[in-house]
Amino acid sequence: MFELLKLNKTVDFLKHARVISMISLLLMAASVASLATRGINWGLDFTGGTVVEIVYSEAKDTSELRKAVEAQGVEGVIVQHFGAATDLIVRVPPKAGKGNEMVSRIESAARSLESDAVIKRVEFVGPQVGKELAEQGGLAVLTAIICILAYVAFRFEWRLALGAVAALVHDVIVTLGVFSFFFLEFDLTVLAAVLAVVGYSLNDTIVVFDRVRENFRKMRKGTPEHVVNTSVTQTMSRTIITTGTTLFVVIALFVQGGSMIHGFATALLLGIGFGTFSSIYVASYASIKLGLTREHMMPVVVEKEGADQESLLP
Amino acid sequence: MLNKYPLWKSLMVVFIIAIGALYALPNVFGEDPALQISAGRNAEVTPSTLTRLQSAVESQGLTIKRAELENGQILIRFNSGDDQLKAKDLVSKELGDDYFVALNLAPATPDWLAAIGGSPMKLGLDLRGGVHFLMEVDMSEAVRKQETQLVTDFRADLRGEQLRYAGIRAGAKGIEIRFRDEETLVKAEDFLKLRNPNLLFDDKDLTLHVTMGDAYLAEVQKYALQQNITILRNRVNELGVAEPVVQQQGSNRIVVELPGVQDTARAKEILGATATLEFRMVTEGADLGAAVRGRVPPGSQLFEDSNGRPVLLDKRVILTGDHITGAQSGFSETSQPQVSINLDATGGNKMADWTRDKIGKAMATVFIEYKSTGERNPDGSPKFDKHEEVINTATIQARLGRSFRITGLDTPQEAQKLALLLRAGALIAPITIVQESTIGPSMGQENIDNGMAAMLSGLVATILFMAVYYRKFGFIAVGALVANIVLMVGIMSMIPGATLTMPGIAGIVLTVGMAVDGNVLIFERIREELKAGRSVQQAIHEGYANAFSTIADANITTLLTALILFAVGTGPVKGFAVTLMIGIATSMFTAIVGTRAVVNGLWGGKRLKKLSI
Repeated sequence: MFELLKLNKTVDFLKHARVISMISLLLMAASVASLATRGINWGLDFTGGTVVEIVYSEAKDTSELRKAVEAQGVEGVIVQHFGAATDLIVRVPPKAGKGNEMVSRIESAARSLESDAVIKRVEFVGPQVGKELAEQGGLAVLTAIICILAYVAFRFEWRLALGAVAALVHDVIVTLGVFSFFFLEFDLTVLAAVLAVVGYSLNDTIVVFDRVRENFRKMRKGTPEHVVNTSVTQTMSRTIITTGTTLFVVIALFVQGGSMIHGFATALLLGIGFGTFSSIYVASYASIKLGLTREHMMPVVVEKEGADQESLLP
Repeated sequence: MLNKYPLWKSLMVVFIIAIGALYALPNVFGEDPALQISAGRNAEVTPSTLTRLQSAVESQGLTIKRAELENGQILIRFNSGDDQLKAKDLVSKELGDDYFVALNLAPATPDWLAAIGGSPMKLGLDLRGGVHFLMEVDMSEAVRKQETQLVTDFRADLRGEQLRYAGIRAGAKGIEIRFRDEETLVKAEDFLKLRNPNLLFDDKDLTLHVTMGDAYLAEVQKYALQQNITILRNRVNELGVAEPVVQQQGSNRIVVELPGVQDTARAKEILGATATLEFRMVTEGADLGAAVRGRVPPGSQLFEDSNGRPVLLDKRVILTGDHITGAQSGFSETSQPQVSINLDATGGNKMADWTRDKIGKAMATVFIEYKSTGERNPDGSPKFDKHEEVINTATIQARLGRSFRITGLDTPQEAQKLALLLRAGALIAPITIVQESTIGPSMGQENIDNGMAAMLSGLVATILFMAVYYRKFGFIAVGALVANIVLMVGIMSMIPGATLTMPGIAGIVLTVGMAVDGNVLIFERIREELKAGRSVQQAIHEGYANAFSTIADANITTLLTALILFAVGTGPVKGFAVTLMIGIATSMFTAIVGTRAVVNGLWGGKRLKKLSI
C-alpha cells in the first residue's frame, strides 16, 4: 500500500481560507469586469452568420484569403487559421447576407488561391436562432443551479446547499471570465462543457460535504473548522486521484481531439481546475461562514442512529 | 458470511455485461459503403435490374462485396468509399431518372446478430458528413390562409341560409362581416356561432367580427407544422437520400438532416421551394387596359403571365393545390410539354361542379411561389415574397373531373420541376432555412479518428495509473472501466433514437475519466478502514457501505445537470447529455455492483491478513 499523498495528520486547510477566499473574490470580480468590458467572443452558434472551412494542401496566409474573398465582393469577413496552417475558416457576419450565392463566391475565392482547395464544412445560422440558443443556454445553467440547490438542501442542509451553489457560480463565472479575457470563441460545445463543469465541480463538493456530515456526527468535539479540515484531509487522496485521471483524459482531448472539440476541452480543463479548488475554499468556507454547526448535521430521527449502528456489525 | 454475494447477484452482473457486449458487438463489424436503389413512380425494381446492375458495375472493374434485393430496394455493398462513388455515377447513368440512387452506409452486422436486433450506433452528421437544415415555418401565412378559407366557408354558409350580408373580408384582426340590418346580423351570428364553437364572435355597428381563439390558433399552427413535415418528408424521399431525418423542433421549426448529401444547392431548391397551384376563371368581357391603369373591376384580380402580359382573373379560387394527389410531366399530342394532374375525391367533385356549366369559357392556372427575402418582420418571423404567375389559360372543352392536364409550359424541364413540386405537395405555409451546415465526409472520419485517439490515450493513462496505484484492486477497477465503455456502447446501439455525435464522443471520453471516481472513493475508504485497524473483510464491507451514499449523492447531482442539458439543449448539447446520462448510470452500476461481485468472488469469506490495495 503506497500513497501519493500521505496525510497522517489533519492539515489545516482553512488556516489561509480568509486570504484565499479574498483572492477568489478578486478573481470573480476580475471575471465580471472582463465580461462587462470585453464581453464574450460568441461563436457562430450564438451570433448567426456563415462559416466556411477550407483545407489547402499547403500552408496559406489568412490575409491572402481575406483579400481574395473581398475581391469577390464579400465584405466584413474574418479569416482565421483553424487547427493547422493549411486549414482556414472564413466567418461572415449575418449582415453581409446569406445564401448559395455568397457561399459560392467564397468558394471561388478559396479556389483562386489553390485550385484543389477542399471545402470541408459550410455552416449558416440565422441571427434569430442564435439569440434563442443563447437564451436557452443561460436558462439551462440557471435551471441546473436551482435544481442542485434544492437537491442539496433536501439531502444535506441549506447552508451547505448555498455553499455548493456559491462554488458552482464561482466556477462558471471564472471559466467564463477566462474565455472572455483571452477572447476565446464561445460556441455551443463550450456551453456543454460549462454545464459538464457544473456537474463535475458539484461531484467534488458533494464528496467533501458527505464526509463533513459524517464527521460532524462522529466527532463529539472540535470546531466546525476542525471538522471541515479533517474531512478535506480524508478526501484529499481521492480528490487528487479522480482529478488526475479526469485530467489525463481531458488533456488527451485537448491535444488529440481536433479543432472542433478544442474549445470544449479548454473549458473543461479550466473548470476542473477551479472546481477542485472551489470545493474546499468556496463551498466549505462559505458554509462555515453561514454558521454551520454540529446541530445542523444531526439526524432528525433518533431511530436512524440505531440503523446506522447495525451496519457496523459483521 | 461477510462479503459473500448470493450467486444470482454475480450471475446478474455477468448477464448484464454479456448483453451489453453482445449489442456493442455490431460496432466492431462497422458499416459498408453501399448504394441504395429504389424505383420512382414509373419504374419497378426487379431481380433482372439487380443482375443488370451487377454486370454493369463489375464490367468497370469495381468489386461488389454483396448485393441484395429486399422490400423493393436494391442494396449494393462495396469495399471502399471510392468504389461506391464511382459506382454511383455508373448506376445513375445506367438506370436513368426513373430510379433513385442514394449513397448509404449499410451495417455489416452478421445475420445472426441482426436477427436479435443488433445494429451499430447511428452516427451523427458531424461524424459521417452530410447536410443539416433548420427550417422555420411562416405561421402568420398559415393563419392568413386559414382566414381566407373561413371567409369562403362563411360566404357559402350564409348564402345557403339566405342571410344577406353587405360585405365580408379578412381584415387585419380577424374576419369582418358587414350587414344591412340588426336582425340579419343577430340571426347570422347565432347561426355561425353554432357551427363554429371554436371561434370568437363580437358585433358592433352592424359588423360582425370573427376572431380565432388561442386554442383554435394553436390548432391551426400545429396542423400547419405537421402538414409541412409530411410534405418535407415526401420531398426528401424524392431526393433519394438514405436515412434522412425530418423532425419537429420547438413550435415552428423543422430539422432536416440528409446524411451523405454534398450537393446542397439541389437539396435546398427541392426542400425550400414552396409552390402551389390555384385554378381560377378568367374574367369575361373586362377592359384589360383600364385594369392595368388601376381600375380593376370588383371581384377580379390582376395577374401577369410568364411573358409579363396582364391577365384578369376571378377573385374566387376554384381549387388550390392541396387537393392534388399526383402529377406527371410529359408531352401533349402536339409535342408541347404538359403536366397531367390527379385530384382527390373532394377536389374532383369541386372541379366537376365548377366546370359543368362553364364549357367554352377560359380557366387559368396560377402558379404561386413563396421566396424567402432573407429579411424579418418586426415580430421576428421571416419575410416572404409571394410570387404569382399565370402559367396557362385554356378553354374548358368538357366538364373536368379527377384528372386533367395543363399545358403552356415553356420547357420540358419546367414541366418536370412543376410536376415534382406538385407531387411532393404544397406547403401549407412557406418555410425559410434559418440554419444550415454541411460537413464533408473526410471531416467526419477525422472527427471519429480524433475522438478515438483521445479516448485511447486517456484510457491507457488511466489504466496504467490505477493498476500501479491500487494493484489487484486497480485491475478490478480497470475491468470495471472497460465494462463501463462496453455497456455504454451497447446501450447507445440498443436505443433506437440515440445518435453518436462528436460531443457525444467527448461525453464518453469524459466518463472514462470520471468513471473511476466511484472505485477510487470505495478503495480509499477501504484503505482508511484498514488503517483504522479493521479486519480485511470488515474493511471491504465498510468501504463499500460508506462510499455508497457519497457515490449516489455525487452522481444524482450530475445526473440532474445531464437531464437539464437534455431537456433544454439542441444538437451537440443534447448529444453530450445523452452519453453523459448513460455514462453515469453504467459507471454507478460497474463501480458499486460490478466490482463488488468480483471482490466478493475473489476474496469474500476468506481469512486474509493482507489486502492487495
